[in-house]
Amino acid sequence: MSLLTPDPGLLFWMFLSFAIVFGLLYKFGFPVIIDSINKRKQFIEQSLLSARQANEKLAGIQAEGQQLLLDAKQQQQQILADALAEKQKIIAAAQQEATDEARRIVKEATQSIENAKQEALTDVHNEVAGLALYIAEQVIREKMKDDKEQQKAVERILNEI
Amino acid sequence: MKRVTYILLLLMLGYALPGHAAEEKEGTLNVSEVIFEHLGDAYEWHIASNLTIPLPCILYSSEAGWNVFMSDRLEDGKAYCGYHIDAKSGKIVDQAGVRPFDISITKNVMELFIVCFILCSVVLGLAAWYRRNGYKKAPGGFVGMMEAVIGFIDQDVSKANIGHGYERFTPYLATVFLFILTCNLLGLIPVWPGGANLTGNIAVTMTLAICSWVAINFFAPKSYFKSIFWPDVPTFLKAPLPIMPAIECIGVFTKPFSLTIRLFANIFAGHTIILALTCIIFVTWQTSAFVGAPMTVVSVLFCIFMNCLELLVAFVQAYVFTLLTASFIGLAHNE
Repeated sequence: MSLLTPDPGLLFWMFLSFAIVFGLLYKFGFPVIIDSINKRKQFIEQSLLSARQANEKLAGIQAEGQQLLLDAKQQQQQILADALAEKQKIIAAAQQEATDEARRIVKEATQSIENAKQEALTDVHNEVAGLALYIAEQVIREKMKDDKEQQKAVERILNEI
Repeated sequence: MKRVTYILLLLMLGYALPGHAAEEKEGTLNVSEVIFEHLGDAYEWHIASNLTIPLPCILYSSEAGWNVFMSDRLEDGKAYCGYHIDAKSGKIVDQAGVRPFDISITKNVMELFIVCFILCSVVLGLAAWYRRNGYKKAPGGFVGMMEAVIGFIDQDVSKANIGHGYERFTPYLATVFLFILTCNLLGLIPVWPGGANLTGNIAVTMTLAICSWVAINFFAPKSYFKSIFWPDVPTFLKAPLPIMPAIECIGVFTKPFSLTIRLFANIFAGHTIILALTCIIFVTWQTSAFVGAPMTVVSVLFCIFMNCLELLVAFVQAYVFTLLTASFIGLAHNE
């Protein structure tokens, strides 16, 4: 059967041309193509990875920003609250001080009034005493002029003193 | 469809031209002769009706030396330089009926050159595209399609079957796949530059199988040869009578043989069926027009179906040949 016996001529050309084609494609064709496909695959994988990382980073940054905002808000509130407290404290302190000052002034006034009073009283006392002494002296001088008995009484008083 | 119209046209004109090879003297159609003429090789390329491309004949014999001439000199049984085409075998013989060393550019060889040209221009063109555009640009259209095919051979055939060290076999597997696929598809096109039955020729499939055999055996590690000549079986099976080594050795050669026959038989059978279905038209018209007319419709419908099936077979057989080669290489490497 001629169908099942390979024709030597065709066999020869087939070997020759297949070898040449294979050689050409092996050297110049497929390595370039497969290399490019593999490189692109790696490139895509890398790109996906870096995109995911960038996304994660972005999400992180967003969260960080939110946190920062939240912190700032909190801080603001804290500052406001602190300021309010400070204000109240200052007011209270001022009030306290004013009260104290007033009290001190009142006290001082009272004191000085007391002092003045005392002084006045002392003065009055002294005046009265001087006056009394003077009057008594005058009286005594009037009496002592003629009375021995009174002399004696004075001596007795002197002794008693 | 093209095949049908082509053959229809061809055979119609065949009736008109007396002495056509496909026709017997009585005017009745010899179906098997028509089929085998279309399946076999020829020294000229018959395109349509009386349009024939003559092809160069390259012959060598010890007496006559080298002879190179165009095949139209041997047309219709004429003799040239002491050579003529033997009517029975269809081959060039000398006066004594002896075959010279014949490396003529026959129809199949011409088709082979066309396939090689297509294959080289496609793959080298693709490589040039990658050189030009680099790997960062994604290809579209034809380049994208070819990339998908080559990527498939690389990953799902080569890597999946061979595993470690698959890279050096991918170019061979991809070449074989694209070669068989191009041959199969060109074989389905009835008009030039297709029409030759290349993968349905045993010389072509044998060459491919021998190349696969080389790829399987010449790069195999030591463990592969040990598993052939001293396999892991009870000793009485390998000494003193080497039963298992003998079986293993036969196995080494049945693999390429099965590759040869599988591809050849599949494509050959497909072409035969299509041609036979087309012949139904002419056979039935010879009996009567009442039978011929409805049978023509039936034949055309069947031919469309068979052509679609052959399109599938063209891909499947190219894939199977490549897959089996890859899996044989994988077996040799991982045994």
